[in-house]
This record gives sequence, structure tokens and C-alpha cells, in this order.
Amino acid sequence: MTTSEQAVLALRDLSVSLPPGGDRPLAVDQVTFSVAREEILCIVGESGSGKSMVAHAIMGLLPEPYVKVAGGSARLNGENLFTMSRARQRAVRGIGMGMIFQEPMTALNPLMRVGEQIEEALKLHSRLDSRGRRARVLELLQDVGLPNPGDLRRSYPFRLSGGQRQRVMIAIALALEPDLLIADEPTTALDVTTQKQILDLIRKVQTACGMGVIFITHDFGVVAEIATSVAVMQHGKCVEYGSADTVLNRPEHPYTRELIAAVPHYIEHREDFTPKGQALLKAEAVRKVFRVGSGFLRRGRELVAADNVSLSIHPGETVGVVGESGSGKSTLGRCIVGLHKADGGRIVFQGTDLVGLSRKRFRPFRKDVQMIFQDPYASLNPRYRVADIISQGPIAFGTPRKQAHARAEELLELVGLDPSAARRFPHEFSGGQRQRISIARALALDPKLLIADEPVSALDVSVQTQVLDLLDDIRHQLGLSMLFITHDLRVAAQVCDTIAVMQTGRIVELGSCRDVFSRPQHEYTRTLLDAIPGQGWEIPKDLRHLRADRARRPRELSQ
Amino acid sequence: MSRDFWRAFANNYGAVIGLALLLAVVLMAAFADVIYPRSPWSMVTTPFQPPLSDDVLLGSDTLGRDIAAGIVHGSRVSLLIGLTSSAVALFIGVTLGALAGYFGGWVDDAIMRFTELFQTIPNFVLAVVLVAIFTPSIGSLVAAIAIVSWPPLARLARGEFLSLRSREFVLAAVTTGQSTTRIILREILPNSLSPIIVAASLTVATAILLESALSFLGLGDPNMMSWGYMIGASRTVIRQAWWMSFFPGIAILITVLAINLVGEGLNDALNPKLARKGRGR
Repeated sequence: MTTSEQAVLALRDLSVSLPPGGDRPLAVDQVTFSVAREEILCIVGESGSGKSMVAHAIMGLLPEPYVKVAGGSARLNGENLFTMSRARQRAVRGIGMGMIFQEPMTALNPLMRVGEQIEEALKLHSRLDSRGRRARVLELLQDVGLPNPGDLRRSYPFRLSGGQRQRVMIAIALALEPDLLIADEPTTALDVTTQKQILDLIRKVQTACGMGVIFITHDFGVVAEIATSVAVMQHGKCVEYGSADTVLNRPEHPYTRELIAAVPHYIEHREDFTPKGQALLKAEAVRKVFRVGSGFLRRGRELVAADNVSLSIHPGETVGVVGESGSGKSTLGRCIVGLHKADGGRIVFQGTDLVGLSRKRFRPFRKDVQMIFQDPYASLNPRYRVADIISQGPIAFGTPRKQAHARAEELLELVGLDPSAARRFPHEFSGGQRQRISIARALALDPKLLIADEPVSALDVSVQTQVLDLLDDIRHQLGLSMLFITHDLRVAAQVCDTIAVMQTGRIVELGSCRDVFSRPQHEYTRTLLDAIPGQGWEIPKDLRHLRADRARRPRELSQ
Repeated sequence: MSRDFWRAFANNYGAVIGLALLLAVVLMAAFADVIYPRSPWSMVTTPFQPPLSDDVLLGSDTLGRDIAAGIVHGSRVSLLIGLTSSAVALFIGVTLGALAGYFGGWVDDAIMRFTELFQTIPNFVLAVVLVAIFTPSIGSLVAAIAIVSWPPLARLARGEFLSLRSREFVLAAVTTGQSTTRIILREILPNSLSPIIVAASLTVATAILLESALSFLGLGDPNMMSWGYMIGASRTVIRQAWWMSFFPGIAILITVLAINLVGEGLNDALNPKLARKGRGR
């Protein structure tokens, strides 16, 4: 931490007001911090904490007049950003600050070549002629580690992958060598391995240019990876602010402690799973091919989503399927639950091959295999009451309505919600609560196997832990088997007995959780493990207990 | 839900005015026999009486029929044809669109090519041909207007179904063993209804215009007084007796405008995310 004299950006009592009728009057409430050269300040918080609002206020991106700065000052190199003229603001924004956004897929203009988009800022704010600008663009593309800058300069954004686009965004932000770089969750939309590369890159350019960086994230792993100082935000207030070492290892505020305790991590105490008896489900050489762009008289392109995938799930076992986006992990889950028809191989469930069964013949098995979906906001029909949503399965299978509704209330209690929730509509619940309803719906048919497709990816960390604990708890209580699909190895480590690592449609490694983490065999598994952010940091010992205590009383956790 | 809906609807002054006008037209149609008990076809006074004459408020036409009576009775035909033909169009359009959107693949291809077939023929020409073939009557008018009005509704329903079909709550319904009919009718349809209702309300306005245009050409039901017929019959004397075509024209304008205003109000109230601008996240 530094004194404000040498700070690039000094924020004092920043408040941002929300339009009347919002859930709180101030999105950001008197936040004070400063960033010096060569400092990386991480702003951490959950969704709705106002962390992005801080960045947008500094950059002048607030959707005025609905949301506006209500007080305080932000001094960039001593100049107050909020009191200067519009023209001056524009100049300062170009030269003094750069920003990287969360979603690289939409942050670039699809109709402009990459080179032109980088050049834009140079045209406006520098005195370089067109040759000088071109040289600078090539240099920047080189700096952010993009291959073949000469060709890349002339290509359109759609040719680039998410990671490459984020590099281009960084190149744009760096074009004028700003004193301050603001990165708003720049790696959240990326795969872990790409995230690692981008984090390395940000650190590299930061040291090379001696910039100050404000890095907004919800992930304490990322914080541990790059931060030199940390500000923790909750409900618009900065509840803890200090050096990375202090906040990460000796957190004071209860909220910070809770967040850190919620960081998913590998738990050593889990005993190895020993399969007993026959496998509940055995997938053998499952193959699924999608035909893209086919239609009337058009054949289209073939895309192999799952190729020669084999695994088995024993009663009571949780098998994790881990992989990056496009690895085919969701396709596998959907083939098993019967949402996709596998094109080859066998999926044997208790002795019956499910592949190739007609819709009618498959129906009895629907009871036994149930699914929990990723997005709790999309997985509940907004037009129905919770009781109807949960009991839709049993009613479809012939349970009388009254009985199904009574059962729904029991299930709500089991997943840690009040039975009165049955009479309400989904929109009255938070994301975590909705995911609990989703779990209750899956349990309503008394399944033997649960397919959980990224069940916690859309949730905040603290809620994530609660839902994971709940799943783990219920699984043991009811003796369920589970196929747990996730992109996050840390999450898988917490609930899975066995882990299958998938890459481009194939399983490259399959082994017990302990083995995969301690003795990874495949190169790709090692890359994945290596890419987990914040490995050098151990969650403080006293906080691990907090975690264990909470797992025991899921009922009170319903937020 | 419904209280929010009414509040949003009432916030739009245009929609409230539209609703009031529409109510007036509906009342006029309902009480036509009370207001003007005599047939609108009967000749009650001297021809070519200007508006505000003794016994005819809006003047009389070339045969001495009361224009005001014609307008009041004509509202019945307009509303009847507008509503029934839109209902039929809605039924055909949503059924085909839902099937195409839900099943996709060759079903979608077949239904959409069929829809395009109708869209490539100009609406009005097709309607004229159909009515001419089936001889003009209320039934053939409704059928013809419905046949030319369903394609946009089908496309809209298809789009909604396409996007909702892959939503997770629909997948969840599949995995819990719901039947296909139930998924289409109970899971997807209620969620796709708001844009369809809005489009259907605008279809009513277009149907009224189509009916007027057909009647203008002499293709209306010969037994029923209609606004379009009144304009058509008096078009030759428009320079001598402006009121004969002016008042029916105003009636069409007001009714169609009212329905459009209501439709827009419905749109704002049912799709609040599109209506509210510039809200922070």
C-alpha cells in the first residue's frame, strides 16, 4: 500500500446512486482506496456487491442519468475525474486509463479488422503517422503474445478464439501506455488454461510498463495469483482493504473470512471410494456427432462431440467429468439422461442398453436418471409455482396431485428451504435457492442416478459451497450415484470420488480423485492442474474449520 | 403479475385512450339495434342530405339511407370479421409455428416452405381471389382474411418455440417424463404467449382494413352494411357529397388506430424489458 502522493489513482469516499425503487439507494457506498504504479489492486466481491460499478464510475461508463456518481472524488495523477470537463475526461480516458471487459466475444466490433480497432485509439490520442501507427500495432500484438501479428492485424474478430480476443482487448487498452489499467473480470468467461495465460500476460505487461492495475474478480484463487493489495466489497461497501498477504492469510472481517472459507479446494480427508457390486451405469465407447449447418438438401459439417467415451458409475459413487468448454462433457451427460441420442456405443443402465431405445421404451428409465441444470434462472418455468415444478415428474408418472404436493414440501425441507416456498413462484427466489428447488425437482422421482451439469457454475462462491455441501449431504443420505460435470477442478475435488478428464470429446484420464490430483498421468491433466489459480496460497487453517462446521447444518444456510 | 400488468398498461396514455375508443366501438356494435332499430339499408330520407340535417346526424347517402345508422351497424361487421378471422389465423399460425419450432428438422423445413408459399403471394390479391371464388359472404371473408394473415404469426411462434425449446426448464420437463403435448401446451406455450398476443392484436387491425378494402371493391357480404362498402358505394360522388365516404373512413381510422394503440400498450406491458430504456444493470 502506498500513500496518496505517489498514487496513480486515489479514490476517496466514492458513492454511486441507483435509481429509486432499486434494492438499495447506493450501488457503491463511500469506497476509498488508491492504486500506485506497479501495484495490482484486486477488488473482490460477489455479484451485486458494486465492484463493477466502481470501475465503471472511474471510467465514466455509468448508465447516466439512472445511475450516477453521488459523491466523493477519484484523482488520476492528482486530477479529479468527476469534476473535469467532458472533453478533458475523454482525453484522460484515452491516455491515462485503459479497460478490459469480461466478455471478449462481444467487446470487439465484429465489422472492424483487429488492427483497425487497435489503431483507433492511436489515431485519436497520439501524433503518430499511419506508418508509425502500423508499427505500433504490430509491436502491441507481439507484446500480448499473439502469433503472426502481420496476418492477425488484418483479420476480423470472428476468426479469433476467446483468449485471443482478450489479448487483443489488452493490446487496445495498452495502446497508449496508460498509467492505470482496469480489468473487469477479464478471465471469468475463459477456460482455466486460457485464464492462466491471460493472468500471466497482465502481470507481464504491468511490470514492463509499470502501470497500476485494478483487477475485479470474484475468485480468491485469482486474487492469490496476482494481487499486491485487496479490497473486499459487500453490498456496495468496502469491508476490508489491505495488502494481499494480510487479507488472504489474516482476514479480519467476517465476510472476508466467509468468502475465503468458501473457496473450493481439494480436501484430503475424503476416503477413497471402493466400488461394491455391479456398476449402476456403464458407458461403453459412446459416440455423439453433431451435424452443424445442415438443412434441406444440405449435409453440413460434422462435429464429433463425444468419441469413444467409456466410464462406469457404481452405486453411491460420484464421478466427476472435468474439461474445458467444448470438451464434450455436457454432451456425455445429456446422452445418458436421454436428451441427446448417442450415435454409437452402449449406455448400460442396470443391465439395459439405453442407446437406441424409443421414446416410449426410454420413459421408465427417466425416473431413475435425473438431471440438475447449470442455470438456475433458466431451469425453472417462470409461470408455475414451486410445488407444481417439483411435482411435475411424479404427476406425469401417475402420483395423485395431493400426494405429490405433500412430497414436494418434504423435499423442500430436505434441500434446506421452508415448505411454504411451495406456494411461491421461482422469481421470488435467489440463484442459490432456485438451485435448491432444481435439486428438489430432480429428487422428486426418487432417482438412482443424478446428472449434475455444472450445478454451481452460475452461483457466487459462498452460495456455491452451500449447494455443493447440500448435494454431497443428500447424496450420502439417499445413497445416490452422481455424475458431476464441471469445468472447475477445485469444485470437482470437493465432491467427487472418481474423476474423468475430458479433452476434445475423449476421456484422457480416469482415476480416483486422490490419484488425479496427486499423480496426474496425462499431460493435459497436468496442464489443467497447473492452471488452477492461487496454488501457492493455502487457505488459513482456522478458516477450514468454519467450512466444516457449516456443512453440518445446511438448514440455516438458506440465504 | 396481473397488477403489474395493469399498472404498466395504464402508464401508457396512448394505450388507455386506445382502449377507451375500442370500448366505444364495441358498445356501438353491441347496441346497434337499440341506437338505430331500423335496418341501415332502409331509405329514411331524401338522398344527398348533408350532415346535421334534421333527421340524419351525419347526412344521407345517394339512396337516402342514414349514414350514422350505417356506421353503427357497420361496426358489427368490422369487429366480427376482425376478431374471428384473427382468431382463426392465430390458431393456424400458432399451431404450425409451434410444430415447426418444437420438432425442427424436416418438419420445420416442410412447414416453413409451406408458409413461404403464402408469403410470396401478395396478401390482398390472394384475399380477392379467394373471396371471388367462394362468393362473398361473412364465412368466405373470414376464411380469406384468416388464410392471408396467419404466416407472420406462424413465423413468430416458430421463433419463440425455437428459442424456448432448448431452455433448461423444457429439458427438465423432458427428463421428468412429461409428454410432448404437455411440454408444448403447458411448458412452452404460456411462455411464448406475450409476443404472440401483441402480434395478434395488430392482426385484428389489419383484418379490419382488409375487410374494408374487400367491401370497397364490392366483395363484402351483400346482406351486411359495412364501412368499406359505404366508401365504395359513394366514391363516385365524393366531390359532391364528401360526408358519405368521410365518416365511414373516420370510423375505420379510429378503430384501427385504437387497436394499434392497445396492441402497443400490450407490448409495453407484456415485454417490460424491451420497453424500459437505459436502466442500469
